[in-house]
Amino acid sequence: MNNEKDCPCQCDGKTTIAAAVTPPVESPGRRRLLAWGTVILGGVAASAAGVPILGFLLAPLANKANSWIAAGKISDFEVGKTHKVEFVNPLADANDGETAKTIMYVRRNEGDTFNIFAVNCTHLGCPVSWFANAGLFMCPCHGGVYYEDGSVAAGPPPRELFQYPHKIENETLMVEVGHLPTLQQPA
Amino acid sequence: MSIIKSIIGWIDNRMQLSDSVVSVARHPIPAEVAQKKGWWYVFGSVTMTFFMLQVVTGICLAMVYEPTADAAYSSLQTLNYQTPFGWLIRAIHYYAATGMVVMIVVHMTQVFLMGAYKYPREVTWFFGVGLLGLTLALAFSGQVLRFDSSSYWGVGVLASAAGRAPAVGPEVVHTVLGGQYIGESTVGRFFAVHVFILPALLVTLLAGHLYMVIKRGISEPPKPEQPVDPATYDEQYEELLKKGVPFFPHAIYRDGIACAIAVIVVVALAVIFGPKGPDAFPDPTIIGADPRPDWYFLPMFALAALCPPSLEFAFIIVAPVIAIGVLLAVPFLSGSGERSASRRPVAVMFVTVTYIVFAVLGWYGATSPWSPQMDAWSGDPVPVEMVKHSSPLELQGAVTFQLQACRNCHALDGVGGKRGPDLTYVGSRKNRPELIRQVVQGGGYMPAYGQQLSAAEIDALVAFLAARRPAGEPEAKLPVAPPIKGDSIKGRAP
Repeated sequence: MNNEKDCPCQCDGKTTIAAAVTPPVESPGRRRLLAWGTVILGGVAASAAGVPILGFLLAPLANKANSWIAAGKISDFEVGKTHKVEFVNPLADANDGETAKTIMYVRRNEGDTFNIFAVNCTHLGCPVSWFANAGLFMCPCHGGVYYEDGSVAAGPPPRELFQYPHKIENETLMVEVGHLPTLQQPA
Repeated sequence: MSIIKSIIGWIDNRMQLSDSVVSVARHPIPAEVAQKKGWWYVFGSVTMTFFMLQVVTGICLAMVYEPTADAAYSSLQTLNYQTPFGWLIRAIHYYAATGMVVMIVVHMTQVFLMGAYKYPREVTWFFGVGLLGLTLALAFSGQVLRFDSSSYWGVGVLASAAGRAPAVGPEVVHTVLGGQYIGESTVGRFFAVHVFILPALLVTLLAGHLYMVIKRGISEPPKPEQPVDPATYDEQYEELLKKGVPFFPHAIYRDGIACAIAVIVVVALAVIFGPKGPDAFPDPTIIGADPRPDWYFLPMFALAALCPPSLEFAFIIVAPVIAIGVLLAVPFLSGSGERSASRRPVAVMFVTVTYIVFAVLGWYGATSPWSPQMDAWSGDPVPVEMVKHSSPLELQGAVTFQLQACRNCHALDGVGGKRGPDLTYVGSRKNRPELIRQVVQGGGYMPAYGQQLSAAEIDALVAFLAARRPAGEPEAKLPVAPPIKGDSIKGRAP
């Protein structure tokens, strides 16, 4: 900054050049302050805009708790049979349309115990179908097959069918549902 | 005339176009590229043309498409049946996407086989690998936006696969889905990714790719016995360019012809075959769904079915990472040396094997013989010829065979599932004890039916199966077991 060429100001190059070029005595500190001030100001601006954006994008990571829903009266379920039950996901809202609906399989065993199976194959999440005569759940994607108790009968599934927690209140079967069951976060 | 000239002169003076755009357009390229061999150099341009077509048709679609789980399906129907030309724009968008995937792979193959990625064009190749990844990501996210039953379950498959990521599975799943389940925010996320994020990234990488093409030049057609030596290559290339020709107009007209033909083919396909889908309504309670990805992901789909469970993590999570790593490593592994394919047998073999593997896996994915045919038990009757002259017990067995959904996995006369063997002639392959054992215990991908069937049903079923033989052929015999010391029991015919 000490030759004429680099002079940033619109000076005539003679009278004011000394003033423009010769830095004021206190300048190094002032400059550093300004430089850091700019960086800090930029950081504040970036976080002011960035925090809400990141928050928005990462909000889905916050776990919404599953909810209990009624699957039906106990008397609706015949002993020894597996029933396909439609339900509306309690986490869903109006814009979800038809996708708010899901199904589960309710099996009532002897002695009034229940197994509530998620529809999703444990291999890669495709919907299993129940074949009552054969007593098998079959998956249409990669050939996974499960027995009526949910254990793996054939194909690639790494574990038995996901089961939703359930309880019986006032003769009603309550089931805890919500998130999509996957291997590390089963139903 | 002079007015026009002065206008052009003014614009050029202010924008300095002769220094930038014009000089770039007329940058010298190896003379050979402007001759017949130049046809090898058009694939990149065709890919880029398809991308531009995607941008324009995509913008049109975005004017009508509604990215919500509730309304996406009906807006696709509106596009198909109400919006003027909506069906055609959807169809062009689909076939141009197909074309983009095909051409980027063809382009990459050509670059690989002609050794164009070698010194000094490694970075051009890196940008290209990124463009391949983005193209595939666009293809998948686009498929999700065609929000029908297949798409709904396709997202489920993606989420389940992503859910296997070590330690952070659920977090990844929720980020992909935009929540805890497939719904409104899933479609919204995929829309934002497909329409804003991926195209913006693609344009950025494309700019880098083109910058490299201009800056480091297009590779000259390879000749055997002329290996790339980083020490001397730049000098040789400069010499070559001295005898070169300007890109515009000597080489670009080949690109122009190829791109024009490509666009015409895509529009023709779109007119003839129409838009793809949407198929069934995305209602998760309709589980008769038969989710299949679009053709470019069929090899992955097949891999997920065919690889042994113990290797699934490796195939689903690790393999894609390795594949990208291998592509990025290519210029480091063979960044110099021979460029001609006739001197690079390993490279040729690599390409051949890759193509065969993908073709075979893709074929398996398309036919998916491992999937039970879900409606065969009720949809495909036992052939009448087969049950003529059958005993009542055998007839009962045929009924059991259908009711137990055996047909979903086993074909009779070629009709039915392909998961298990065709049972048309099983009676001449397996004897009765073997049939009973297989039915009761299962095994080899077959469920055990012992719990499910009564002894009488098994009896009938086995009678039906044992009678499945070519005319005049006897039942399979029980193999005679080697005599065991001190045991006088011999094989008995059933």
